[in-house]
Amino acid sequence: MSTEAKPQIDPITLSVLSGRMEQIADEMDATLFRAAFNPIIAEAHDASHGLYHAVSGDTLVQGKSGLPIFVGVMSFAVQAVIEKAAADGDLADGDIYIFNDAHIGGTHLSDMRLVRPYFRDGKLFCYLASVGHWHDVGGNVPGNYNPAATEVFQEAFVLPPVKLASAGKTNQDIIDILLRNTRLPQSAMGDLNGQMGALDLGIRRMDELLDEYGAETVSGALEALGHRAEALMRSELEGLPDGRWEAEDFLDNDGIVDEPLKIKVALEIKDDTMTLDFTGSAPQCAGPVNIALPTTVATAYVAIKHIFPSLPANAGVMRPINVVVPEGSLLSAEFPAPTGGYTETILRMIDVVFCAFAGAAPDRVVANAYGTINALSIAGKRSNGQPWVMFSFYGGGHGGSPESDGLNHGNAPISTATIPPMEILEAAYPVMFRQWALRPDSAGTGAHRGGVGATYEIEVLEKNGAEAFLFGERGRFAPKGIAGGGDAAMNVFHFEQDDGWDSPPLASKMRGIKLKQGQAVRLETPGGGGYGATADRAASAIARDVARGLMTDTKADETYGTAWREADQ
Amino acid sequence: MSAVSKGRMIGVDVGGTFTDVFVLNEADGTAAVAKVPTTRPDQSGGFLDGIRREVADLSEISVVVHGTTAGTNALLERKGAKTGVICTEGLRDVLEMRRRDRPRTWGLRGDFEPVVDRRNRLEVPERTLASGDIRTPVDLEAVRNAAQQLMEDGCAAVSILFANAYANPENEAHAVAAVREIWPNPHVSASSEILPEIREFERFSTTALNAYLQPEVSGYLGRLEAALKKGGFDGEFMIVQSNGGVMAVDTACRLPVRTALSGPAAGVIAAAYIASTAGFDNVITGDMGGTSFDVSLISEGKSMLSPQTAIDFGMVVRAPMIEITTIGAGGGSIAWVDKGGLLNIGPESAGSDPGPVAYGLGNDRPTVTDANVVLGRIDPENPIGGKLERLDVEAAKKAIDVHVGQPLGLDTLAAAEAILKVANSRMAGAIRLVSIERGFDPKRFAFMPFGGGGALHAGAMLAEVGIASAIVPRYPGVTSAMGCVIADMRQDFVQTVNTLVSTLDEAALAQFMQDHTDGGMALLDAARTTFEAREVGFELDMAYVGQTHTVSVPLSVEVKDGKVTLPTKAEVEAAFDTAYQATFGRLLKNGTRRIINLRSAVTGKRPKFDLSTLAPTSTVAVSPKATRAVHFGTEWHETAIYDRLNLPVGTIINGPAILEQPDTTVLIEPGLKGRVDDFGNTIIEPAKDTA
Repeated sequence: MSTEAKPQIDPITLSVLSGRMEQIADEMDATLFRAAFNPIIAEAHDASHGLYHAVSGDTLVQGKSGLPIFVGVMSFAVQAVIEKAAADGDLADGDIYIFNDAHIGGTHLSDMRLVRPYFRDGKLFCYLASVGHWHDVGGNVPGNYNPAATEVFQEAFVLPPVKLASAGKTNQDIIDILLRNTRLPQSAMGDLNGQMGALDLGIRRMDELLDEYGAETVSGALEALGHRAEALMRSELEGLPDGRWEAEDFLDNDGIVDEPLKIKVALEIKDDTMTLDFTGSAPQCAGPVNIALPTTVATAYVAIKHIFPSLPANAGVMRPINVVVPEGSLLSAEFPAPTGGYTETILRMIDVVFCAFAGAAPDRVVANAYGTINALSIAGKRSNGQPWVMFSFYGGGHGGSPESDGLNHGNAPISTATIPPMEILEAAYPVMFRQWALRPDSAGTGAHRGGVGATYEIEVLEKNGAEAFLFGERGRFAPKGIAGGGDAAMNVFHFEQDDGWDSPPLASKMRGIKLKQGQAVRLETPGGGGYGATADRAASAIARDVARGLMTDTKADETYGTAWREADQ
Repeated sequence: MSAVSKGRMIGVDVGGTFTDVFVLNEADGTAAVAKVPTTRPDQSGGFLDGIRREVADLSEISVVVHGTTAGTNALLERKGAKTGVICTEGLRDVLEMRRRDRPRTWGLRGDFEPVVDRRNRLEVPERTLASGDIRTPVDLEAVRNAAQQLMEDGCAAVSILFANAYANPENEAHAVAAVREIWPNPHVSASSEILPEIREFERFSTTALNAYLQPEVSGYLGRLEAALKKGGFDGEFMIVQSNGGVMAVDTACRLPVRTALSGPAAGVIAAAYIASTAGFDNVITGDMGGTSFDVSLISEGKSMLSPQTAIDFGMVVRAPMIEITTIGAGGGSIAWVDKGGLLNIGPESAGSDPGPVAYGLGNDRPTVTDANVVLGRIDPENPIGGKLERLDVEAAKKAIDVHVGQPLGLDTLAAAEAILKVANSRMAGAIRLVSIERGFDPKRFAFMPFGGGGALHAGAMLAEVGIASAIVPRYPGVTSAMGCVIADMRQDFVQTVNTLVSTLDEAALAQFMQDHTDGGMALLDAARTTFEAREVGFELDMAYVGQTHTVSVPLSVEVKDGKVTLPTKAEVEAAFDTAYQATFGRLLKNGTRRIINLRSAVTGKRPKFDLSTLAPTSTVAVSPKATRAVHFGTEWHETAIYDRLNLPVGTIINGPAILEQPDTTVLIEPGLKGRVDDFGNTIIEPAKDTA
């Protein structure tokens, strides 16, 4: 958008333009999902697109189908490009910047960001950006979840913002470097093409929109949408009681040193403003559960949008919110601290924000979800020498809510990814699932219990055997209930060896587990925390859970007493 | 229709409020329509009542074709039968675990109950691997015990759901045979019979939902058929499928899940036929109801099919269905201003009960219909449908003032115009998205509104999307019933093949094609209808290795005297390259081509009736029956009102004008004109284009 503010715009045109611009971002999402080669983008939708402010990089509009965490983090990627372009002084129409450096753009190195300026009548109007999770970007571990990394260099190659295209001409040198640094060049090229295609489409749609409405009107609308987002947030906060609430929780360890890492928040609401202060959280650590400052701010946004789902994806939402992050903490890690496991840390941040918010308005939040992405890869070589890597994330229970029990086997709050079908995995890799099932007794108790987690038991069929890698969490600290609800069961991981089942010393993280043909790994994921006092659960609901085998009768007796035995289901 | 003597063909669409009947007299080609109230809970009352309005003697009827919402409603209201599942050890929760999704992206609220209770999902020892190799033969004793237990628990239907049954159905076949021996009714199915396609959740869900519907839908259709027969009907009774084709009633009882979008699909089929007859092969339909606006795209006379549809969260049906995109912008959608000062339409809706404020049935928040009433576009003295005496304009004005005008600082009329502008913009967005997502330019399409309210918004769609013309069918309110009479008979088949093209066994592929062809032809042979032509179409779902989304690759394979000719690898490769290039604009150097599924469709073309028999016969020019003040933009226009059905062919009416008929109001805005074409359709286009 142009630098002069044009805040006056009639509300009808604003409604219309708001819908049209959201549609542009949605269409960019759809274009990449269709064209992408790697299933993490094509199936799991680990990608995002949007429109960003020409000067500040603030999020103006973002697609609805992309990954939730990107809604807050993309503006940092655009800001990084704005700084780079200012330093070099050579921003031109038709430029595309590309980078994956998580310390300036947030999240982790697997996320490849493309940022493209949009010019109108020779003037910079706004930025368009595309981010997508590539299948492999080098580093020590295929798929880039390396629990033993102590520097980013062991996770992946690091690309700072550079020009992939200059004034419309693609720089083949950059593409050559990218493709030489991945184990899966074909997949990378397919995804890169898809992202460039999405940006092309966005430019065409912006041209059409500005032809129709004029640059001034559109720019006025963008400005007004920011004001509206801010007004919406302020009015929500005004309706809440003033006060200060604290919550803390822990990560199991960083994968290197076996010590718990505290994540702490103090939430303060005053009039129409809110402060989220993460002072007291653990210092930067050796392993890859650090996150960079942009990720932390974006995560605060994700937590807030889950609490207020109707808020728009616009930076105006964050204006009344002050996020305080202490220097030197694992929430503001410095280069080259590894950040590959960022998902675990931000899930814990969301958990503590929900717990603190429950103090202010318990009816606005749900209990903690299962709280770990459980990145499990099983890899090996087939008899013909061909390597294979099965890499996936696994689901767990959602938290109980004021209205209902939590969802059984849901996806992570930071993602909307679906799990690949078991039959697709079995057809593609030499494995067989002995179990793909709900996990009884894993839900947190409460008036509304948490959702139930899952049990996946996966046997290796390949006669050369295989190696397994797990990057998980919640092996030592359970997902919490709120408003009196109980905690859920923890994450449990076992692997089969010649002398029986074994479990990893770091509870939830392990690399290079050797499995023979016929041996299996078993992952039992946490449920969600319960909502409301356990004593308030209806006896009939307990009896139904027991009859369905979602809870054993002994566990029911222990937690709820035996009155349920008399109840109708 | 030569198998039976020439008689009447009847199409019946049972909706929530009305049962529509379309009657075609095959002897002289004339048609008639009837609209009667839907009866509940037994819909056969209204069904027969509607038919009898036009045909006293049911023995004169050769064919009755029904577009039904019985299946959809049973799914949405969870009123199917108590159903059991017998499945592979370790996998009984697949139906409940879904694909690890959630109902809404933001908020983390909501839970999910599958249609089969966990207590009725029983595991048995058996396992087939992805290769098709049987690792553990099925334990039939365990299967029988499980079936026995489900029977004792009162299950009325059962499905057998085994892992990798798409690759080798042997274990499932043994199990289903064993269960059929002891199960007391025909509602027993195996996943490989219903959908032999890879992806266990989608296959299991489709099979289990089918079982869940079997007792309900076959009971309903049985009652209808019995009532028809009792009335002397001796013709063929057929059901519209979600793919837009019809099937025999016994197929529908076996595969009720294929009726999930039966009614709307019939509407789209009629739209395609009406449009192409009138010279528009590319058309986007818009069905505006009380709570939603349903958009569908027809390109070169063909409607788009989507491979799977979620009827509700976690309730996935994988079967080809006419692709219908729904947005929450219907006549009853509520207009509201959010705390940030933005005007929104929907998704909350007042529906048809209590309905718009103007209905006076208890809703006090303004709807899209209220805006149309306040602006004079709807006649408050003669409400559509005949349920109400008159509409309360003052109440509608007040609601618009309070909820939209005051928060935005607009007067009543400006606020009403604003509601329409935002609603039209959302509807236009849906039209743009369905076309653009498929790579079509919406400007190349005509817009066809049907349903009660769509024709009020046709002009706005022309302006917003840049569409050249709108075509309003002569009877927009009975489009679905007409579609029943027009639809061809069609059966779809799928088989997962999962092979590289380089290692393709052509003979095995040809055998699958032959099996599908034989199965489809047998169903056509069994029908008592005759067909003008029979068509067999094959498509392969293909991709490069490493890519997860597939491309539909049409394969032109000759079927001569019912025998499929062998496709060659070179033909498959060439067909893939053509389809891939068309979709993505480029091919992948050194990419390895892979076939995932074979899809076959066997179609029996039914004779079409001549739409011009519906055209008005009068040649006498008609003058307006009245005038009314209607608000456009910023001012009132005295607007001529015509009885639409009396307008002779060739009439041209310049806007502003309103054409009224019992169930529809057609609005011709200033600057547009309406022309009655040879079939009685009204073509709306810019007034300046032609003389």
